[in-house]
Amino acid sequence: MRQLFDSDTWREIFQSIGKNRLRTFLTMLGVFIGIYIYIGLSGAAKGLDNGFEKEFETVARNSMFIWAQSTSKPYAGFKTGRQIQLKLQDAEVLRRQVPEIETLAPRNVRGVFGSSPGVVTRGIKSGNYSVFGDFPEFTKIATKNIYDGGRFINDADIEQERKVAVIGERTQKELFDEDEEPIGGYIEIEDVSFQVVGVHKFEGGGPFDNDSDIFIPFTTYRKLYNTGDNVAWFTVAAYDDADVVKVEQDIKANLRRIHKVDPEDEKAIGSFNLGEVFKQIFGFANGLTFLSLIVGIATILAGVIGIGNILLISVKERTKELGVRRALGATPAEVRNQILIESLFLTLLAGIIGIIMGALTLSGINALTQDVDLPYSNPTVPIPYVIGSLLLMVVLGVLIGLIPAQRAVSIKPIDALREE
Amino acid sequence: MIEIKNLHKSYKMGSNSLHVLKGINFSCEAGELVAIMGSSGSGKSTLLNILGMLDELDEGSYDLDGVPIKNLNETKAAQYRNKFLGFIFQSFNLINYKSALENVALPLYYQRVGRKERQEKALKYLEQVGLKEWATHLPSELSGGQKQRVAIARAMAAEPKVLLADEPTGALDSKTSYEVMDLIQKINDAGNTILVVTHEEDIAEMCKRIVHLKDGVIVEDKKVEQVRASQYV
Repeated sequence: MRQLFDSDTWREIFQSIGKNRLRTFLTMLGVFIGIYIYIGLSGAAKGLDNGFEKEFETVARNSMFIWAQSTSKPYAGFKTGRQIQLKLQDAEVLRRQVPEIETLAPRNVRGVFGSSPGVVTRGIKSGNYSVFGDFPEFTKIATKNIYDGGRFINDADIEQERKVAVIGERTQKELFDEDEEPIGGYIEIEDVSFQVVGVHKFEGGGPFDNDSDIFIPFTTYRKLYNTGDNVAWFTVAAYDDADVVKVEQDIKANLRRIHKVDPEDEKAIGSFNLGEVFKQIFGFANGLTFLSLIVGIATILAGVIGIGNILLISVKERTKELGVRRALGATPAEVRNQILIESLFLTLLAGIIGIIMGALTLSGINALTQDVDLPYSNPTVPIPYVIGSLLLMVVLGVLIGLIPAQRAVSIKPIDALREE
Repeated sequence: MIEIKNLHKSYKMGSNSLHVLKGINFSCEAGELVAIMGSSGSGKSTLLNILGMLDELDEGSYDLDGVPIKNLNETKAAQYRNKFLGFIFQSFNLINYKSALENVALPLYYQRVGRKERQEKALKYLEQVGLKEWATHLPSELSGGQKQRVAIARAMAAEPKVLLADEPTGALDSKTSYEVMDLIQKINDAGNTILVVTHEEDIAEMCKRIVHLKDGVIVEDKKVEQVRASQYV
């Protein structure tokens, strides 16, 4: 220990590693590349992770969409190919039967899935936009950012079948003048006058956003388009701890029962389970993190072994020098420690440079991908991982250093001096 | 200063045992300058190695300045070497990436002498061997004689009880050999005990006492009239 904090020890070490700079550099390169790859890869994995998280931050993680199609099997006297229509009443049954459901929002839409869009006019301006019939619950599943002064559809809108609408940024741009306040203004959807109560913000890159969507109360929608109790699809969010696959299956089983569909008929009720997709995506990111850990550790290991190897050669080369030192009064412990500290120092220095370069590379990539539409943001490596890898290097550096150090000590001064 | 009684040493070579030293009795007072002579294989280097605690004796006793040297572990041997002995080698054995000054200071480093004091002392000894201006030079920039003088300064730096020189002039031409011997004589004049292993008659005659070794025993041990090396320089 005394030796470790002695400036003379370090002078000795710098001298001995400085006398063959190229070799020292090449030795360190192995560990440097190892830690660099580790930091770079795990940072990238984390960035991907963060990127996906950011991409989907507006949507509940464990959400899914359920819709109806036509049957593929005859059942209970019905023939194949019957078109199933989801009903508003189904929502009540599902909420009751599947307790894992946190939020369930029935939705209707025009302008998507092949149906003709709503015709919207304002004075002489007009356009075709997707029009959604929504419940307030919908925002619990997919957050809608509403500009200041506005709001989303509320319960009173539903109850009183108010003719209010939340419009998109683009809708505002196309229907209103630039300096015109849209909130409180009126637009006509299918020749019916609606008051604008909010403008939703377009979240860049999100797959469930469109900058021109118009949201109106579900109850108003069904009057406007005469859809009765029909529901286009259910948007469902399960509780955080629920098994999304099971929830999805339960919901579909219930719907099959309600609509008298063969329990084996997989086609009649369609679904898209975002929760499961999320699971896969994050599983991929986790896999990448794990992979980078394996690759990084393996490379660090290879690098450290390289250091041990070089030190072994160096000890062999310095046999005579070590013999002289022994003759001049160096104790075996001092010789051993010097080699150990050399090993440790080289490993740590290479590691720290690797960490710094890795961090710089990550921030460089971050800067470059800032404006690119990639699910990649804020790549960082957790501090415990960095400390862990440093500790690993310390341990490996000492362990591998023991081999040449022991070799150095086992050389008898008399043999060392005899060697010409 | 040195007291050796009935010293035996043999080396095992496979199944054979090679009896190198067969009962050496030798003593030496402080301030002596002794030449140990003998042809190769006579055991003179083995004797020097045992004196230098680089090798262990099999039988007999060895006292150095009243301290029995026996059953030393490596650490103890290193400490004794550092405290009691100064080595001068035939091939100088300077550390090639250290300057002359750093080489001289090395034994002091292992004595845990502070850096500043170490350098002052080292410089003093370099001055004694006449190489003060060469302090910052690397061994590769020095001539053979200069290297040996640096090695002598290094051996002196720890202020040992005994200087052990193993063929100190073996790698030098006669002129430089005499210069080195002149230096050794001067160091001896100052009161240091020096043992010189050599096979050169003229070098041996520059010592005060010649011990002849043959086949592992001392065949002759005589005091001689010292030939001063300075007259040849």
